[in-house]
Amino acid sequence: MNRQDLKTMADAAKAEHNKYKHKICVCCGAGCISSGSEAVLKKLQEEVKTRGLENDVRVVPSGCMGPCNQGPLVKVMPEYAIYQKVNCENIAAVVQSQLIDKKPIEDLLLFADSRPKPFVNAQEDPFFEKQYKIVLKDCGSINPENIEDYIVRDGYKALDKVLFQMSSEEVIAEIKHSRLRGRGGAGFPTGIKWETVYKYVADQKYVICNGDEGDPGAFMDRSVLEGNPHRVLEGMAIAGYAVGANKGYAYIRGEYPLAIKRFEAAIKAAKKLGLLGPNILGSPFSFDIEIRIGAGAFVCGEETALIASIEGKRGTPRPRPPFPAESGLWGRPTLINNVETLASIAPIINRGGEWYSEIGTPKSAGTKVFALAGKINYSGLIEVPMGMTLREIVFDIGGGVPGGKQFKAAQTGGPSGGCIPKEHLDVKVDYESLVSLGSIMGSGGLIIMDDSSDMVDVARFFMEFCMDESCGKCVPCRVGTKMMYDLLSKICSGQGSLKDIEKLEELAVYVKEASLCGLGMSAPNPLLSTLRYYKNEYLAHIKENKAFELKAAGEVSHG
Amino acid sequence: MKQKKSILDENLSRNDPRVKQILVKMKKENYRPDALIEILHTAQNSYGYLPMSVLAFITKELKVPPSRVFSTVTFYHFFSLKSKGEHTCLVCTGTACYVKGAERILSEIEKDFHLKPGMVTNDNKLGLSTARCIGACGLAPAMVVDDEVHAKVKPEDVKNMVLSKTGVRV
Amino acid sequence: MAKIPLTIDGKPLEVDTGKTILEVCKENNIEILTMCHFEGIGDVGACRLCLVEIEGTTKLLPACTTKVAANQVIKTNTEKLKKYQKITTELFFAERNHICAVCVADGNCELQDLGYKVGMDHVRFPYLFPKAEVDTSHPSYVMDHNRCIMCTRCVRVCSEVEGAHNWGVKNRGVEVRIISDFDTPWGDSTTCTSCSKCVNVCPTGALWPKATVQGQLVKNPKMVSELVAKRKMNL
Repeated sequence: MNRQDLKTMADAAKAEHNKYKHKICVCCGAGCISSGSEAVLKKLQEEVKTRGLENDVRVVPSGCMGPCNQGPLVKVMPEYAIYQKVNCENIAAVVQSQLIDKKPIEDLLLFADSRPKPFVNAQEDPFFEKQYKIVLKDCGSINPENIEDYIVRDGYKALDKVLFQMSSEEVIAEIKHSRLRGRGGAGFPTGIKWETVYKYVADQKYVICNGDEGDPGAFMDRSVLEGNPHRVLEGMAIAGYAVGANKGYAYIRGEYPLAIKRFEAAIKAAKKLGLLGPNILGSPFSFDIEIRIGAGAFVCGEETALIASIEGKRGTPRPRPPFPAESGLWGRPTLINNVETLASIAPIINRGGEWYSEIGTPKSAGTKVFALAGKINYSGLIEVPMGMTLREIVFDIGGGVPGGKQFKAAQTGGPSGGCIPKEHLDVKVDYESLVSLGSIMGSGGLIIMDDSSDMVDVARFFMEFCMDESCGKCVPCRVGTKMMYDLLSKICSGQGSLKDIEKLEELAVYVKEASLCGLGMSAPNPLLSTLRYYKNEYLAHIKENKAFELKAAGEVSHG
Repeated sequence: MKQKKSILDENLSRNDPRVKQILVKMKKENYRPDALIEILHTAQNSYGYLPMSVLAFITKELKVPPSRVFSTVTFYHFFSLKSKGEHTCLVCTGTACYVKGAERILSEIEKDFHLKPGMVTNDNKLGLSTARCIGACGLAPAMVVDDEVHAKVKPEDVKNMVLSKTGVRV
Repeated sequence: MAKIPLTIDGKPLEVDTGKTILEVCKENNIEILTMCHFEGIGDVGACRLCLVEIEGTTKLLPACTTKVAANQVIKTNTEKLKKYQKITTELFFAERNHICAVCVADGNCELQDLGYKVGMDHVRFPYLFPKAEVDTSHPSYVMDHNRCIMCTRCVRVCSEVEGAHNWGVKNRGVEVRIISDFDTPWGDSTTCTSCSKCVNVCPTGALWPKATVQGQLVKNPKMVSELVAKRKMNL
């Protein structure tokens, strides 16, 4: 396929889609599938057929729409009416009233059971109204397994643009101008990373898509890979063109079989149309992608460990420098970007770096996808401009804490992050602000806790995670996390003393500074942040220790 | 001279369909040692776990040192050297599930089936494992019974859910 | 070789480019504590004893794998580094079961020497007392996992210098153990050549020749370094 063919195909598909009066999307993300959406899809297709509506209504299985705990979700376009908890019994009624009687069933609309009055047009609901979707824009509206659906929505237009109108330097300049930062957690400027890889001269370079979303409580990358795999694929190809790589690897967690299946299908479809493979769209640029399936190791999210894993070895990190940009996969210059970062590339190329850089805050441009979960009314997948306050996210979008309980903390960054207490609800969520509060942006997991959570136990939970996931290579992380876990367990069980807190503090700073890789360097964060904001809870546990009380005075005076 | 006996001396039948799957995968990957993890995935898919005889087979075919294969297998939690049971029950212990009470689900299973994570019932019918996060955080707490995800699991429903899905008898 | 200027512990130096900070320090008699490093085998930067501070970098970097660069200002002996060296040493001792009084390596042990050097008089952290095995299946040597500190010198010397790949590492985190072949008894190894290189590079009493009594272990650590050096000379 050449450039013209792509355009012809897009126009033809657009005309075909426009023939229909309605499009009904049934969410087939992993969340809604587990709630039974595949059966709903089948039943809906039958229903449309029996009513003779198949020339007016196009039924599409789509990716994640956002409010996962209300699933299965069904969206009727162009009205933008979203129905929740749809099942095979009530789907007929939805078709009848929404499409034939033109009167939505209010009781089945999204959030009907919790809002005083649900919104007929879901876009007006605060859950959606406050969001700004760039990465997730087409997620939930297109069939992820149909490349045409993507092409109709300007898919592969950005790739076409870079291949025929831009030099590598211009692409990198555009990404730099957008001020996009790595969405994997650390927030390193993407454009600078690209430029570094571009500058190294080598016979072979690689692009790696890091889809090893290991952070427990995060499912952004999974949803993007499941809901719009072509966007990631296009981002990888553009990155390859920019840095001078003709081979890419997508490293996807083994726990995400659906994401793997859809990404595989996307690669196949793109290859068939010549959007991947040799001489893409008739240009001199060739790019191929292979999938590597992760095998259950959180540390493989770390760049050098991920590379070791792709090479078929134990996923242990190695000291940097040299950075992968200089010496990565098989010793060649390698660009590693996270799924969400790559999914942001095509819109930036299409609409310009300037446009993107104006969204968000001066230091953190653009939008960020969060996986909102825990003790919150509307959990699910959201995308907001950087700099939105935590309060807006939790209360306006998430609908606050259920069951009349009080908000206690928001945990960001998973095992590498920290807890943000009530006093800081008005923090603007961007890279620097979260770091100043002792947490990190992380990949986007946002877990809300209410006053029933024991924060020492939360610290213990994350330390257990880091201890189990430590690769065992360097001493501080291997032994330090185990020591800290034992001390935290001791305190949780009411056996702790003030000396133990001192030891924890000493070990935490040591492990943070002396560890080899990011896992160890950030493992003490949940501990340090709970000690910072909830030290009284640690002390309360220690007071449970009756034996300690007797000698408490003595120990304190020694301290 | 007397030769040492080793697991490497055992041979698998190349007509075994499971072995064939591994051979097809190895051929596709050109017997490259760096495809080891991909090949282990295939092997575990066909056998349900990684028996030592299969590891020995892969070692010989790929011509890699045994220590390299064993080091890699034991590094990744996905790979299991023991049978996981005919039916599997996997409880997610990710942060959202933790906050919403995954511990209670685990203790329920322990009470009903006398299983702790990583264990299999004596009759090899049911195995229990935990996952770091299956990414169904919006639906926490979640568990997976024989590849089917169950959302917002209530501890009191666990027993019946497992019984009806797997037909296991207590 | 081109020379570059840099400063180590306040001392201005002219050093060769392409060398590691550790190599440069050695040449200039600046002591850097090491454990996983061994002359003649590749560095992994795992023990974290050789961490140094470099001005302009917030991270501490291992001297063994970090290359020198022009105008670096390096510090090797700050209070912070000394404190961390001591904690690392304490963690080494607390991780497995190190009882010098009954050990073959008593008096000839790099871990013991390290303890003296950092001034460790006791371990402030709780001992983990893991269950660890002693493999006596090899006809000539013993592997005692109680005394192993996971420096992986044996693994690297076996693969890089001997080329046998007998040794590997199983599991992860604090559960890591050195393994032979498929975690089979060393004596049953199909790859071990009984070359003794691993025994001679082991810093502690984890690997030792049979029939050695307490405190009588004699090792030849230079064997491997000299062998590698001679190979490079291509005589």
